Amino acid sequence: MAEVLDLAIRLILIVAAFLVLPLVIGQTEHKVMAHMQSRLGPMYAGGFHGWAQLIADGVKFMQKEDVIPAAADRRIFAIAPAVALVPYLVVLAVIPVGPGLVGADLNVGLFFVLAVMGVGVLGSIMAGWSSGNKFSLLGGMRSAAQLVSYELPLVLATSSVAMAAGTLSLPGIVEAWEWWWLPWQAIGLAVFFIAGLAELRRPPFDMPIAESEIIMGPMTEYTGIRFALFMLAEYAGIVVLSALTTVLFLGGWHGPVLPGPVWTLIKVFALAFIVIWVRVSYPRLREDQLQKLAWVGLVPLALLQLAITGVVRVFTA
Amino acid sequence: MMSSVAHIPGEGLAKGLAVTLRHMLDKSVTQQYPEVQPDLPPRSRGVIALVEENCTVCMLCARECPDWCIYIDSHKETLPAPEGGRPRARNVLDRFAIDFSLCMYCGICIEVCPFDALFWAPDFEYAEHDILDLLHEKERLGSWVESVPPPPPHEVGAEPPKEVAGGGRPARESRTAPARAAQSPGASQPVEQPSAEEAASPRERPRARTAPRDVRGIRPPGALPAKPAPDESVPDEPEAAKPAPAPPSDRASGEERPRRRLSPRDVRNIRPPGALPAKPPASEPEPPGGSGPPDPGASKSQEPPEDSTT
Repeated sequence: MAEVLDLAIRLILIVAAFLVLPLVIGQTEHKVMAHMQSRLGPMYAGGFHGWAQLIADGVKFMQKEDVIPAAADRRIFAIAPAVALVPYLVVLAVIPVGPGLVGADLNVGLFFVLAVMGVGVLGSIMAGWSSGNKFSLLGGMRSAAQLVSYELPLVLATSSVAMAAGTLSLPGIVEAWEWWWLPWQAIGLAVFFIAGLAELRRPPFDMPIAESEIIMGPMTEYTGIRFALFMLAEYAGIVVLSALTTVLFLGGWHGPVLPGPVWTLIKVFALAFIVIWVRVSYPRLREDQLQKLAWVGLVPLALLQLAITGVVRVFTA
Repeated sequence: MMSSVAHIPGEGLAKGLAVTLRHMLDKSVTQQYPEVQPDLPPRSRGVIALVEENCTVCMLCARECPDWCIYIDSHKETLPAPEGGRPRARNVLDRFAIDFSLCMYCGICIEVCPFDALFWAPDFEYAEHDILDLLHEKERLGSWVESVPPPPPHEVGAEPPKEVAGGGRPARESRTAPARAAQSPGASQPVEQPSAEEAASPRERPRARTAPRDVRGIRPPGALPAKPAPDESVPDEPEAAKPAPAPPSDRASGEERPRRRLSPRDVRNIRPPGALPAKPPASEPEPPGGSGPPDPGASKSQEPPEDSTT
């Protein structure tokens, strides 16, 4: 009985975090982006500096008509948002927040996380294909190309960390973490974070979405709550990417004075701020630049990191 | 990767991040408009205000309006001739309306008005649900007058306006005069009775225009004089208010008149070049004789137009 209760509490906490954190980060993005552009952002919804703007947006989306185009593949079209969203919820279940504070401690957690995150991109491809719209199709194809290109540096960077820690378990990696891993794995950190941004199709890697040229790409035909789910998936993706970067490269709950979970949250939000910051600062990469960055920039860097990790590991072991 | 032109790899990327971070830490430029009224420049073209007392129904504005959106009705009124003079006819404004659904805010009417009856006011919140309600009659046009701002001071070192320079004095003399533009005591109607007993030789008039802080105080040449009673507005004239550079005869009257020099702030009392002088004969078809013209300009103790009670 106690085990069931423990599991239920963990699941409830994970779902709550899954519902709250993306909204917090979305609101942060609203305000940070606005102030970086010398604006104020939402100021009315909820009264105090528009804190309830995303809730209001959600209510608005729910009231909208759910339109499915006549040319669409209805079933695929309908489940695509769920395919985009659910993997992030699943990933959240294996991310450790503090010592022992993890939904499920898998001994192949890293492998599991990378596999499931790859599924998230599938939702975007499904949406692009099933919409029966040329812009959506273009966006879906770009998503697929981006997935293929950036999955490789992502996996290489994480394998470097796994080599350093000697385990694939996420809590195990955090426990093995020492402060000098920061300079040691710095290249891997950069590669993982950039490749993760590209996986999320966040600006400046939002070529598949590119609202100014292919009109939100795979999401062109989506309205109402399904579109809201796509947006929620984007912000949940930011949470997951920040949390993974924290766990793999920044030492998770390690930190002075404050308790471990607080350190995890601080690091997650700092990384989420950087995600937003980068989005505001840089223009969108062209499709060829995007591919070139992955194959000419990130993959060699990830291999270099792997080599450094191997050399250091051999000499210290 | 991207910044091949930068000296240090990534220098351009860092600069981009620095720009956005600096803007985030700076104050936002957004004006929360419905809660915070915008700080409009003094010459904002919001709405056209009418100083009804100054209108002589010359119809210049209505004729020059490119949209023909100004409607003026008037009738002639004959004033009884005092002391055996000739009865005089004057125009009385019955209707003055501007249709703001047609107005294109060119401001030509304001520029052509020779009698300073039209002004820009910065108010802009007069949208209506019915387009017909955008036709502002003279009462509504008059209600905008109180928000007419004082004109901005001239730039430092700017050439003084001709009207000021013609006075032979440095225009900046009375800069210390406090701006009293905001102080427009509830503009009362001008006293319309001609004060015949005050009719005196026109040489008593000050030559320099006084500075009407209140737009209602500007009187057109043909307007009737004020009674000398409103002298109470005089004492609070600042010390910097010098007597007007009047001809010596002005002093001869022995009356200490607190007329102020035209200060650069009071652009409103500068007459347009084509405007009629304050001298009444100029606007009269016949120059008045020495005695009994109802024209106020000739009155010796006539209060200057700056008096807001006129």
